[in-house]
Amino acid sequence: MKTYSTEHQAYLNKLRKERIWVFLFQFFIALLFFGIWEWLGQNHLINTFLYSYPSKMMKMISSLLFSQHLLHHIGITLFELIISFFISFCLGMFISIMLWLFPFCSKVIDPYLTILNSLPKVALGPLIIIWCGANTTSIIFMSLLISIFICIINTYQGFSSVPTHYIIMAKSFGANKWQIFRKIVLPSNIHPIISTMKVVLSMNLIGVIMGELLVSKKGLGYLIMYGSQVFNLDLVISCIFILCLISYLLYLLINKIK
Amino acid sequence: MKTILDIHHLKKNYQTEKEEIHALKDISFSVNEGDFVSIVGPSGCGKSTILSILSGLEKQSDGNYSILNHKKIAYMLQEDSLLPFRTVLDNCLFGLELEHQLTEENKQYVSYLLDTYGLHDFINQYPNHLSGGMRQRVALIRTLATHPDILLLDEAMSALDYQTRLSIGEDLYQIIKQEKKTAILVTHDIGEAISMSDYVIVLSHRPSVVKKVYSIQLKEKRSPILNRSDPHFSKYFNQIWEDLNENI
Repeated sequence: MKTYSTEHQAYLNKLRKERIWVFLFQFFIALLFFGIWEWLGQNHLINTFLYSYPSKMMKMISSLLFSQHLLHHIGITLFELIISFFISFCLGMFISIMLWLFPFCSKVIDPYLTILNSLPKVALGPLIIIWCGANTTSIIFMSLLISIFICIINTYQGFSSVPTHYIIMAKSFGANKWQIFRKIVLPSNIHPIISTMKVVLSMNLIGVIMGELLVSKKGLGYLIMYGSQVFNLDLVISCIFILCLISYLLYLLINKIK
Repeated sequence: MKTILDIHHLKKNYQTEKEEIHALKDISFSVNEGDFVSIVGPSGCGKSTILSILSGLEKQSDGNYSILNHKKIAYMLQEDSLLPFRTVLDNCLFGLELEHQLTEENKQYVSYLLDTYGLHDFINQYPNHLSGGMRQRVALIRTLATHPDILLLDEAMSALDYQTRLSIGEDLYQIIKQEKKTAILVTHDIGEAISMSDYVIVLSHRPSVVKKVYSIQLKEKRSPILNRSDPHFSKYFNQIWEDLNENI
């Protein structure tokens, strides 16, 4: 067992205390939110048909689990999310590596990237469905379009912001471009790449839900669409709650990788 | 003594969209094997450009230089450029790795250098735990590991505070002399140049030419710090100071 000086022990205690307080406050905020919501709902101070309330939502989720194959829909959304994340991250990384290796290409492509990134991809939704059909391909394609440009722009920016003196140093040892990339640029960019992964993942989730809303066959997006059409707002709110959980869990997962 | 490096009428112009900058007009000098040569000059006169050209990072506009029997040149910058995600040892091996020379023999040479120059206890530390002076020593070992014959030091100590600079200057000098390397130091610090060098080359304003070459004859050839108290030190200092100020 390692021994600490009292000063160090006090510092560690302070850190631990702060962590506990942060957690308590986070927990308190959630409790307050759901508590007030539940209270308003139970006492019919809000229209529970429109706004639902937590215990009603929980009942809906547990009944969905058995009757309407909720897990199946969650599975489909997750599957589409993971596939589109994988494709957009790998493709985005590949393109930005190419842009870094060939600056001429990056100069050529720069205005196109800016235009495509700022284009609201949702507007392409109907087109994509006509091109690819109302199926999973469309949804993944949609999600890919939404996230890939931001992935390219962010990672490329990280690659190009490596201080030049490192590169000059490597060149003075006769390094070629690929060596410089592999041994300096990439390892210096681990943290930016992980933050980009977070952004890309949340963009992918937007894309997948967007696609499911439009394609409307299966997945959480479909359940939301379906719920709103039959005015089952409990279902809509329950699905949104599940989405919140999913994105939080994925966020934790990426933090674990870090 | 053999001439290891010969520079003939080196000329360098930089092209920008707006103008052409004439950095070097006509630079000629030669360096003997084992010499420590410093280049001083007004700021922006293109001192560093000479080293960039010699190290092959830039191409001269005209003129040429020859190196004895393909002797190897290494280049060190003002920034130590230690990679923060590599340990001291891995940083020292970095140059060898890039040159595909990671042999057992070279690795042993690196650990010998680390032991000799007081970094043995830090080999598994990351650079952010080291002082500026230690970092610069690690950078020097990274360079020495690749067995260069000529060291080009581009303001190699300028980023350090004055006290560290003096002591690292001393260390650097001892290491270079012990390993029997030839060195060319570019600096804006006249005192540093005189105290360390066998020759000091004074450049003019841009577009620069070699204005004067001083052969430094101080009694103590063993230590830059001791050289600073040599009675001739201030004589050289004043002369070079005047040379630099003449054409302002």
